[in-house]
Amino acid sequence: MKSSAYSGAERILDPMDDLYRDYILEHYRRPHNFGVLDTPTASYEGSNPLCGDRITMMLGVSDGVVRDVAFTGRGCAISQASASLLTDEIKGKTVEEVEKMTPDDLLDLIGIDISPARLKCALLSLDTVAHALADMASKQDGAEPGPG
Amino acid sequence: MADTATHAAESSPAPAMTHATHAATPAASPSASARPAPARIDPYRLRTDFPILATANRFGKPLIYLDSAATSLKPRAVIDAVDAYNAEYSSNIHRGIYEIAERATAAYEAARASIARLINAREAAEIVFVRNATEAINLVAYSWGRRNIGRGDTIVLTEMEHHANLVPWQVLVQEKDGDLEFVPITDDGLLQLEVYEALLHLRPKLVAFTHVSNMLGTINPVRELTEMAHAAGALVLIDGAQAVPHAPVDVQAIGADFYVFSGHKMLGPTGSGALWGRRELLEAMPPFMAGGDMIREVHLRRSDWNEIPYKFEAGTPDISAQIGMGAAAEYLMGIGLDGVQAHEQELTRYAMETLRREVPGVEIYGPEAEARGGVVSFNLPGIHPHDVAQILDRSGICIRAGHHCTMPLHERFDLAATARASFNVYSIPGEIDALAVGLREVVRIFGR
Ligand SMILES: Cc1ncc(COP(=O)(O)O)c(C=O)c1O
Repeated sequence: MKSSAYSGAERILDPMDDLYRDYILEHYRRPHNFGVLDTPTASYEGSNPLCGDRITMMLGVSDGVVRDVAFTGRGCAISQASASLLTDEIKGKTVEEVEKMTPDDLLDLIGIDISPARLKCALLSLDTVAHALADMASKQDGAEPGPG
Repeated sequence: MADTATHAAESSPAPAMTHATHAATPAASPSASARPAPARIDPYRLRTDFPILATANRFGKPLIYLDSAATSLKPRAVIDAVDAYNAEYSSNIHRGIYEIAERATAAYEAARASIARLINAREAAEIVFVRNATEAINLVAYSWGRRNIGRGDTIVLTEMEHHANLVPWQVLVQEKDGDLEFVPITDDGLLQLEVYEALLHLRPKLVAFTHVSNMLGTINPVRELTEMAHAAGALVLIDGAQAVPHAPVDVQAIGADFYVFSGHKMLGPTGSGALWGRRELLEAMPPFMAGGDMIREVHLRRSDWNEIPYKFEAGTPDISAQIGMGAAAEYLMGIGLDGVQAHEQELTRYAMETLRREVPGVEIYGPEAEARGGVVSFNLPGIHPHDVAQILDRSGICIRAGHHCTMPLHERFDLAATARASFNVYSIPGEIDALAVGLREVVRIFGR
């Protein structure tokens, strides 16, 4: 995967270091899966108060599979494009697969060099999905209390 | 560029900040017109004093630093003062009976005297050294606040405060069961003085406000606000973090009770700052932190406090930083703060005109240039300020993007974040032109 920090030489050789490649801007301008689900099984609103980025993720899960996903939000191009790319990626995956996704997986998906200061923006979408799934799991635990 | 700078020289000087005019203030101080025109500062010459301005970014672009409101650059005189302490007379103060320790003590106290002169304090003992403006406000909130604010007592703040002049008061009134009230602001970013007047009928114990807003740039009419507060029986704390390095400040003329500022925003080192307080108030206040240096006599079960300002300076301070802050004060007084103010006001006007003319759709927040310090916050339609800052960074242009520690103020304007360009003595019109070109590039990238 691409290194996420400023890896000096590589960037100096690449003065156009195009953080804002066309496909990123395209995802920002016309995000995929942007909207709401009527009856989400999992939803969560995540935010980076420092930047004012905000994302609400809604998942429709059945039989352990993410069958539907939608998000709304506002914020920088990186955070919103990341959410758009992530929703494409997780649709059809099992909850287990989604839970296993790492920040590096998402950064690979985004495919551009993210400076340390922007990591929070890039990773907000994944963080929000993880919270939504964790909420769902804890609610299910509550509904069917185990022996403990 | 030079054209603009020359042209700027012909316009009339701004009144000193102690006499800042305000929409609701009918007249500036009578003395303002009698003032001689301020000596011009020459930012092009001053730039050679700042070694960092000779550096370039990873693409070889020269540094265009437009984030001085966050922290200022440091001139050679300050760097040298810090280095000299570390290289030549590194030793603790107020203790050693040997040459370098005496030199360190003398330099530290000379810095205090310089800073007292910078804001025209009556005496150096009224200057308490702290790490920054935030610590100064916390000192007052803990020491004065805990003793003087009780159940049902009111503190009046404004909607434009930096979190540093908000959160310490929240903590205090939560602990003491007091109340906070806020002076609202107009859409132009000016305080609503009629509401302020009404709030003063609540007989607040303290009124605390910023001298210059770090987001809107608004210069508040501090003298008038202070007089009104005093007439209502309140003490006044002024957050001067964005004022001290940009215009002449005279705490006696303002008549305030406490005035706080940070060294690192006035060309000094990080880790340096000052609280000014009137002697009687400081003397009546209990210490903030306890330990060495703040005591006169220590017994096992009790101690006697030292005199001011040492009562508030427990432990070994950041000696070199405070010495550097003193050097910064001397540097600023040397170039003349009237000239600094005139320069920054011209630059601010130039920035607002240039951005409005060159950058389609740009929205600028806050009052017109006459009523503001060297701060211009703005947004480009549909583009998040972080993206703006990131793209400008490629061209070596440093601006701030975010809420600038003024979340309630951003909420007031229904903004998630803004981009901000801010200036200091070394800022020049060419940097603003570069900003405008950069912003057009941002618009182009996002519009493609
Ligand atoms: C108006 C104002 N007050 C207070 C502060 C806090 O300064 P410091 O972080 O140096 O304590 C700032 C810094 O941004 C400021 O702009």
